[in-house]
Amino acid sequence: MIRARCEVLSNRRTGRYHSLTLVAPEIAEDAKPGQFIEVGVPEGRDILLRRPFSIHQASRRGGWAGTLEIVFDALGPGTAWLAEARSHDVLDVVGPLGRPFNDPGDLSTCLLVGGGYGAAPLYFLAEELRAKDKAVHMIVGARTAERVFKPLEGKRLASSLVFTTDDGTMGELGRVTDALPSVIKRTGAQVVYACGPNPMLRAVGEYCRDLEIPCQVAVEELMACGLGICWTCVVPFIALDGRGWWNVRACVEGPVLNAARIWWDRWLGASADDQTPPEGFTAAPEPQLAKPWPR
Amino acid sequence: MMTEARLDVDLNGVRFPNPVLAASGCFGSGREMAGVIDLAGLGGIVTKSVTWAPTRGLSTPRMAETPSGMLNAIGLQNPGVEEFRAKDGPFIESLGVPVVVSVAGTSVEEYSQVTLRVRDLPGVVAIEANISCPNVERRNQVFACHADQAAEVIGAMTRLTTVPVFAKLTADVTNIVGVAQACVRAGAHGLSLINTLLGMAIDVETFRPRLGAVTGGLSGPAIRPVAVRCVYQVAQALPETPIIGIGGVTRAEDAVELMVAGAWAVQVGTANFFNPGAVAEVAAGIGEFLTRKGLAGPTDLRGKVQLRRNVPEPAHRRG
Repeated sequence: MIRARCEVLSNRRTGRYHSLTLVAPEIAEDAKPGQFIEVGVPEGRDILLRRPFSIHQASRRGGWAGTLEIVFDALGPGTAWLAEARSHDVLDVVGPLGRPFNDPGDLSTCLLVGGGYGAAPLYFLAEELRAKDKAVHMIVGARTAERVFKPLEGKRLASSLVFTTDDGTMGELGRVTDALPSVIKRTGAQVVYACGPNPMLRAVGEYCRDLEIPCQVAVEELMACGLGICWTCVVPFIALDGRGWWNVRACVEGPVLNAARIWWDRWLGASADDQTPPEGFTAAPEPQLAKPWPR
Repeated sequence: MMTEARLDVDLNGVRFPNPVLAASGCFGSGREMAGVIDLAGLGGIVTKSVTWAPTRGLSTPRMAETPSGMLNAIGLQNPGVEEFRAKDGPFIESLGVPVVVSVAGTSVEEYSQVTLRVRDLPGVVAIEANISCPNVERRNQVFACHADQAAEVIGAMTRLTTVPVFAKLTADVTNIVGVAQACVRAGAHGLSLINTLLGMAIDVETFRPRLGAVTGGLSGPAIRPVAVRCVYQVAQALPETPIIGIGGVTRAEDAVELMVAGAWAVQVGTANFFNPGAVAEVAAGIGEFLTRKGLAGPTDLRGKVQLRRNVPEPAHRRG
């Protein structure tokens, strides 16, 4: 993990989104698909916290002029400030952070599913997978055509690509999950990687779990530090043996997690108190030390 | 000739190489940060609070950014004292930086049992009793809201150990001086002032609270004036008791302000989240400040707030 002052190379619009390229040779050298960076907000504002962004591209260029590209929607005060960044501005950047997407190992047919600008890290992943001679198929969805992220880039990278939009302005009408069954069938996908809104990740993850296809998702949760110390960005995660669960940090144990082990109901459900545990789930055995204390 | 100021502090026997510690819950036990920054510049580390049993904490969202601060509602997530001993114990021993273990609980018995399990850890120079975390199930679990309950916890802990105990108090009380005095009478070696303030934020588009737990603790520069006031009031009443000032310290001047109000040392909390080097930077900045002022060390700042005016008031105000 590196903290660096990085010069802005360019800041331009990509459809609905902003695409910011930073000169960050050391971070780019280390970066893997699925990881993220934290960008510091300058002093003198009433917002304090760094803003996390997944890495859309890392160009290594021999380690001296390497660049990083991030993509965002100017929705809040932090991203509105970043949208105004100009070439040669210098940003305080920490990264690369978090656990990346896993290598598929022996599995050769990969399906990448992205929603909105959540598709950003999947293009980086697609390049890495192609370099390993994997077959890469993609589904990229959004609410409307202008929010479909870099469609040409997707076409260049994927062996097959399906677009979906909620309003039918581009590709198939509907959501990525509507296209998922037929694409899995057609491509014979052996592993699924997804990034996008959390409810989408849930739908993709649950579908893959039912088909017993391994599925990794890059999750998003409000984050204060990105370093593993604040315990803000947690996701309820089921133990490997299915017995019990623990809140894991999206910034350290994630953001890429095994979708089948996320307790979605507890995480995204309306009320945390009245949720039933997943099937086959047994309550966490409370550790018995000297004697249990009433809680 | 200007001599370089010395930064080491002695809190009635508890010594730190400089007066700036990382605050509880804002630095882990240092393990996570060891790969990010050089820990050598730290005055000390206060660990994330440890409870008896593993605690999963509260549902997300656990954080809401507010003007010049943030609300958090973590709910004391931690792996419990046995895993803390196993995983963080060896790290703390090897660290070479003084460590204060923060202890939390929901009953006097739990504070006692955790104290028994951390008092012998090598490298631990003090225990901080977190009796003021606002993110607990019931308000009556905030022991620092009542002088008698605070004293009961502190008394139970100090009877079990010779390791100095600092009571971490909340400003969410009518009379913080009364709570502070009760803790000192019960054996507290010193006081950590202040914990986060209980707050709430609502999303006006959805009408829903911005925290999963509805309410949470406010931290950051937004609360610094409250911390300065609390340190000042308690220092006036208890001038012999070591006070560690906590609340929105992001730079050396903020630490100096708390020390001038009466703090013997300070802790840096929220600033670590956006500036991992904050603790060491604040410490170095205090050194520069002292040198610039021609002062020998942090004790030359302690409680030096000037209440009497030594300049005449402007004519228009005198009438």
